[in-house]
Amino acid sequence: MSDDAIVVGVVAGHGDYAVGMLSAVEQITGRGSSFVAVSNRGKSPPELEAELAAQLDSTGARVIFTDLPAGSCTMAARRLQRARPDVVLVTGANLAVLMEYLFAAISPLGTPVGGLAHTAALARAAVDKARDTLSVSGG
Amino acid sequence: MGLVLHRIDDRLIHGQVVVGWGQPLGLRFIVLVDDDVAASDWEQELYRMGVPPDVEVHFLSVADAARTITALHADPRPGILLVNSVDTMRRLIAAAPSIRTVNLGGVHHADGRTQRLRYVFLTPEEEQQLRALEQAGIDITAQDVPGARPISLQDVLAGRGDG
Repeated sequence: MSDDAIVVGVVAGHGDYAVGMLSAVEQITGRGSSFVAVSNRGKSPPELEAELAAQLDSTGARVIFTDLPAGSCTMAARRLQRARPDVVLVTGANLAVLMEYLFAAISPLGTPVGGLAHTAALARAAVDKARDTLSVSGG
Repeated sequence: MGLVLHRIDDRLIHGQVVVGWGQPLGLRFIVLVDDDVAASDWEQELYRMGVPPDVEVHFLSVADAARTITALHADPRPGILLVNSVDTMRRLIAAAPSIRTVNLGGVHHADGRTQRLRYVFLTPEEEQQLRALEQAGIDITAQDVPGARPISLQDVLAGRGDG
């Protein structure tokens, strides 16, 4: 199995947030295809929830990264978690958290690391590291 | 200030409401009117999770919202009332005639609905309900975010809004 075949997460958000994020991941790491992108644009809540479920099923990924904590993608993901408690949700995702998670989740040989419990732990560790990238200077 | 928006949005609480409208309005309370949500602790917790701690959220049935609408309109703080369907807004206004404006914020694709705007899809019955509200003197405009131009119901139903 090549690296390209391994999808570690679904990135979902407003407008072109997700495809934009993946384009940045691709430019920096060459591994943009390790995530799949979902937009909420024009979708009803049930359609969005169904698309997230379909992407998880087709890729085998168990983590959803969303933009706003109150956004419709986040709400759809939380509804999905009710039926599928194994799904891990990361809200407020930025570029740093995607890359931290990507490299933590894929071993040097290009295979996913660990089981489901490990998935949540990896996501938490990635969030902790990425949070530190937010900073303000000057002024 | 009171309720500055009576909004039909099938997503109820989400980014456009909390951030898009909430930030410029200085939003302090949300009234979510829905019989199912008002009866479900799980649904209420889901929606509350998405709201900043300084914004109050009231979960009310249509009947309870109609009973308290005068107090809600008199609240000095800026607030938004949300329902998730044309039919709920129709029932609410029938019981609370002091509501004189309706914002069409998002009604998305479903079986039987025809697209009228990028974010508005309606069944013939929903279109009839909106026309009846307008004929009763309710001012209905479609506007997803504050920076967008409000679109009259007439233009919405003619599909002339996105041009």
